[in-house]
Amino acid sequence: MIDWGWMADHLDELAFRTLQHLYLTAIAVIAGFAISFVLAVWSVRRRAVYPPIAALAGVLYTIPSLALFAALVPVTGLRSIVTAEFPLVAYTLLIFIRNIVSGFDAVPRDVLEAADGMGYTPRRRLWLVELPLALPLVIAGIRLATVSTIGLVTITGILGDGLGGLGFFIFEAYRHTFLTETLFGAVPLMLLAVVADVVLVRVQRRLTPWSRPARPSEDATIATVGA
Amino acid sequence: MTAAPPAPRAPTRASTVEFRHVTKRYDAGAKNTPGAVNDLSLTVPAGKICVLVGPSGCGKTTSLKMVNRLIEPTSGEILIDGEDAAQRDVIELRRSIGYVIQQVGLFPHQTIGENVVTVPRLLGWSKERQRERADELLALIGLEPGKYRNRYPSQLSGGERQRVGVARALAADPPIMLMDEPFGAVDPIVRERLQNEFLRLQEELAKTILFVTHDIDEAIKMGDLVAVMQVGGHLAQFASPDEILASPASDFVARFVGADRGLKRLSLSRVGALQLRPTTTAKVGEDAAAARRRASADPLGYLLLVDDQNRPLGWIAHEDIPQEGQLTESMADSMSPLLDRRTTLKDALSMLLDANVQVGIVVDRNGAVLGVVTADMIAERMRETVREGPFVPHAPEVDPSAIAADAVGGSADREPEPEPQAAGAP
Repeated sequence: MIDWGWMADHLDELAFRTLQHLYLTAIAVIAGFAISFVLAVWSVRRRAVYPPIAALAGVLYTIPSLALFAALVPVTGLRSIVTAEFPLVAYTLLIFIRNIVSGFDAVPRDVLEAADGMGYTPRRRLWLVELPLALPLVIAGIRLATVSTIGLVTITGILGDGLGGLGFFIFEAYRHTFLTETLFGAVPLMLLAVVADVVLVRVQRRLTPWSRPARPSEDATIATVGA
Repeated sequence: MTAAPPAPRAPTRASTVEFRHVTKRYDAGAKNTPGAVNDLSLTVPAGKICVLVGPSGCGKTTSLKMVNRLIEPTSGEILIDGEDAAQRDVIELRRSIGYVIQQVGLFPHQTIGENVVTVPRLLGWSKERQRERADELLALIGLEPGKYRNRYPSQLSGGERQRVGVARALAADPPIMLMDEPFGAVDPIVRERLQNEFLRLQEELAKTILFVTHDIDEAIKMGDLVAVMQVGGHLAQFASPDEILASPASDFVARFVGADRGLKRLSLSRVGALQLRPTTTAKVGEDAAAARRRASADPLGYLLLVDDQNRPLGWIAHEDIPQEGQLTESMADSMSPLLDRRTTLKDALSMLLDANVQVGIVVDRNGAVLGVVTADMIAERMRETVREGPFVPHAPEVDPSAIAADAVGGSADREPEPEPQAAGAP
């Protein structure tokens, strides 16, 4: 059934395709995040712009990727990384914008009021108070977008052998009806998604040490009552 | 609880805050707006606590937030040491004013040590100086720096968080503090402790403080001056707590302070303010016949039996004193409540009403008799002070010499003292 020897012969290729996959994912996630961050902060500051921005991101999200490729190829070219990344980035926008806005909304009002009252400038407040406190939800958005992009990168393989990452093996296998190669692409792909998620959870814990379950130590309580 | 307060230092600077015809209006259609303020004029002298009190929607919080310009007035001006706050750079202005709010608003992502030095950090103090200041502030509010410095706010109790909020406001030693229901989010027992601690701190710090509360009892306790505000943002009365209780300026103020304002006034005065009545005493072991003669000359007809340290043991009625022999401890029949000079008249009266004998014995720190107090004397005192002349801000309500004497005696043995309501005192 499974041709282990074939797999052993193609480990170099696997490593290359895995790296390519990560590379394509990273571009989409980073570009998507940058665009979303700007739009989300704008939405938080000027609430009126949020509904149209969210609606637009929602519409983008509903366009099938194949249709988007078809529309883009005449403009940006068939084997172009731009063609590949455009839909990937577009799909992250909805996830990111929603999560970043929710993250900022979750910052307690009293904290913001205290920051203003003590003389934080708006910029310092954004970077040193709001962003750190929005991090748990922002990172949740990054996890979601990363995992979903890892899956979507596969489809870009349709644009040519230079794209697709691990999806390359799946397209090849599809053409040759070769189960071994299907698994050779799919299983690492799933592992990649799981590993990325676990790593990001770790990153979040590291970055937000204060958000561990609050447990006022017992002596702290007694110190207050009996002080 | 407050760990040894720092060595007395030179009084820190404080500023005068003056509201001049300050008005804040909101559009009729606007939702969830804070209370409006209508032509507010008042002056808070440097180093005093001015409490803004009133029902919700009376504009007290709005008034407070106009000082650090979280809200900008529609018209009128707020002068800080004579200078119009509107002319100052808003960020610099806010950094020069301590700000404490009810929900505290500690930064959850920063440790307690980082939280308390927020303003010094914004002002660009060196890391070293920030660290020193953080420890100094934690010690000042009674939280051991070594234990609390590296904790996060979520690991503290409500009372501790409120303390940290006060420390954070004090960090850059601002001449003015704005406190918006700073002790509102804790239970009554913790609140009272925090109030007392704060008054004690204020005795040293002597900041100019604007303090918002909806609780008239808190206003009376904390304020050197109380501004009672009415819905619509009208200032109903601005006076010392005693004057507000003794002669409310309007029906609104009278209703707001409550029907028990006479009793509330009692809590503003202390036993030390009364002219104590001397009492006839006799020591254990004294000759009974001589003591009997003295007792018959006493208007009450009673003799107070004391030990050799002059500490009261109990009363002996004139007719119960034997014709001869010596006085013994077992002769003392009934005992009276013991008061000290810092007991409030309210507590004193309450103890007298509870006791068998409506005479309270006032003792000093060592328990030695100073004199006695009767319920009549307390009532008399209230009648005297109702008709006082024109309003003098922060007229000392407590005999300063009595407090001073106690304070000096108290430094040796740091027993828990009754709450220092001396805020109203110099």
